Amino acid sequence: MAARRPVLSRLPVVHQLRQSVGLQRGMLVTGVVIIGMFLLVALLAPLLAPYGFAQLRDEDGAFGAQQPPSSEHLLGTTVGGYDVLSRVIWGTRTALLVIVVAVAMSLFVGVILGVVSGYLGGWLDRILVVVADAVYAFPSLLLAIVVAIVISGGQSSVFGGVLAAAISITVVFIPQYFRVIRAETVRIKSEAFVEAARVIGASTPRILFKHVLRNATRTLPLLFTLNASEAILTLAGLGFLGFGIEPTSGAEWGFDLNRAIGDVTSGIWWTSVFPGLAIVLVVLGMTLVGESLNDLADPRLRARRRADNTPPPAGDPVSVVPGGANSPTTSLQDELPNPGEVRA
Amino acid sequence: MTTTTDAPAAAPTKKPRSAGGGLGRYILVRFLLIFPTIFILVTMVFLLMRTIGDPITAALGGRLPPDQLRERIAEAGYDRPVLVQYFEYLGDILRGDFGTALTDNRPVTEILTTFGAATVELAFYALLVAFLVGIPLGMLAAYLRDRWPDAVLRVFAILCYATPVFFAGLLLKLVFSVALGWLPVAGRAGTRTELRLQNVDDPTGIYLIDAIRLGNASVIGDVLSHAVLPALALGLLTAGVFLRLVRTNMIGTLSMDYVDAARSRGVPESRLVRKHAYRPALIPIVTVIGLQIAMLLGGAVLTETTFEWEGLGFQLARYLGARDFVAVQGIVALLAVIVALTNFVVDIIAALIDPRVRF
Repeated sequence: MAARRPVLSRLPVVHQLRQSVGLQRGMLVTGVVIIGMFLLVALLAPLLAPYGFAQLRDEDGAFGAQQPPSSEHLLGTTVGGYDVLSRVIWGTRTALLVIVVAVAMSLFVGVILGVVSGYLGGWLDRILVVVADAVYAFPSLLLAIVVAIVISGGQSSVFGGVLAAAISITVVFIPQYFRVIRAETVRIKSEAFVEAARVIGASTPRILFKHVLRNATRTLPLLFTLNASEAILTLAGLGFLGFGIEPTSGAEWGFDLNRAIGDVTSGIWWTSVFPGLAIVLVVLGMTLVGESLNDLADPRLRARRRADNTPPPAGDPVSVVPGGANSPTTSLQDELPNPGEVRA
Repeated sequence: MTTTTDAPAAAPTKKPRSAGGGLGRYILVRFLLIFPTIFILVTMVFLLMRTIGDPITAALGGRLPPDQLRERIAEAGYDRPVLVQYFEYLGDILRGDFGTALTDNRPVTEILTTFGAATVELAFYALLVAFLVGIPLGMLAAYLRDRWPDAVLRVFAILCYATPVFFAGLLLKLVFSVALGWLPVAGRAGTRTELRLQNVDDPTGIYLIDAIRLGNASVIGDVLSHAVLPALALGLLTAGVFLRLVRTNMIGTLSMDYVDAARSRGVPESRLVRKHAYRPALIPIVTVIGLQIAMLLGGAVLTETTFEWEGLGFQLARYLGARDFVAVQGIVALLAVIVALTNFVVDIIAALIDPRVRF
């Protein structure tokens, strides 16, 4: 490890912010700003949204369906008579909730399985690798559909709906965390400090969590941003196929887009464009951050400062770059040409 | 110091070591791995779908009186132990029987043969778009690295990824079909074209091929005009992936010693890019195509729904809506098998092209 730096600059994104220059810094900053706005809107949704997500009328009577944007409804109303702006704003909450639940769960399960499997090896490891590879190769949306059917039977309340979407996404993501953490663990367990810990009699759980896990987590921020964006896309995809959250119990962008298919044909653009843009913007923010972290971690892609103010190299250059079935943002080629490592 | 030479994708075209042992063994291992993969996926789908109870209650519950419901469940054998049903299901799949849809009594295999062609056609167009857009733009971005075209192209690639296919589809529809009126809104062909295509004897189901066999220019034109928007919506997603992949790897290969050597020999820049740096940078594309096919199939479900393109994905969404979980389970399991098989083929091709893949 490099010399100790202040805690703040050792935090994942903050550190990269200092390290980056030029275009890369621009991309990273843009991404961070978009994510910040997304979080802010999600937290302040009740204050920002002019109406409730399921509100159909106010004192002046019903909103009316498919009303074009006006001063009362800045972004118009949907075919179901909801206010588009309000549903876009409330939608951030659903999205955030699903991301947090899904990523937290897959992180927890995937990381533990990865560390244990990579460290212990043996038949358990082999079985887990084969299972993870099988799930990994499967179209994630289809898997999410199956899990969503299981959990909700197709439709549900906000909580049930969010949980269903989150769990479906979790199942899809576990193999990704598993693969990355396992690969790191396999690499780390042959290092001298692990052997040293074993020699002085540290217990296996202690080695796993104190020595291996702490050193295997450096790729997680990257994977986290990628999966968060994928979680949004999967949630929207599920919603688009009608597996979303009922409009009366929560606002979900993909579901609104599904309802807007018919509108598009008759030239009603506001019901689809705004929820769609919301998805694009959030995914864009996450991807920009993920992409920048990826590039900054790869010495071949990192733009450098001029020699006179070169910052001290931060640890060793990360070469293990995770790749997800649907995460084209990673340089998959770094991982894929080594099937021997993954499948051995 | 500027280049780390362990750049994985950057090796010049090496001659394969005397083939035989290495390759043969690799193919065998990969082939044997198909079976556990398919087995795991099929088992997973079966067990997951069965945890919600029997499909008949799911589809018809509330619509039929309880005693009739029970009668139909017994008839279909869903009241037997799950394990018995599971082994029966495995046996059926081995015989190529993926079940029969509850709502319209069509065998899933028949659904596949009827609608599979449409999905294949869409996936083919999409891949074509991805190659034509992604690879040249990726080369350009790598060559102009860190200048403004590179920045624009990278943002474009990220946007391609960040836009869900169905939203891309709706936007394309809004602009090109509704506002400009250039292209049809939905479907695979106009009604008159559909009727004419039915006259083709022994139709392949792939409209373009059938139209060409019909030899009628207006039919071909109609089929193609319907394909443009869905192909763009689905293809741009993959194009973004290819763009960044080609860019990353071209940056690697462009800084290799042999490229410098060629440049110092006076090889013109255009030839340098096209011949020397480009070919090795394509190898990773082959290796990710397997994953991309899985992604295309997932995306096809959404694209087909957006454009009422009557393929497998459209049917899947329809059966989902009807809560016909036997059909859903069948289609999903079938797709899993297809994905596993294509991955195998792609891995073999990758191993043939790039000897470093097989150890």
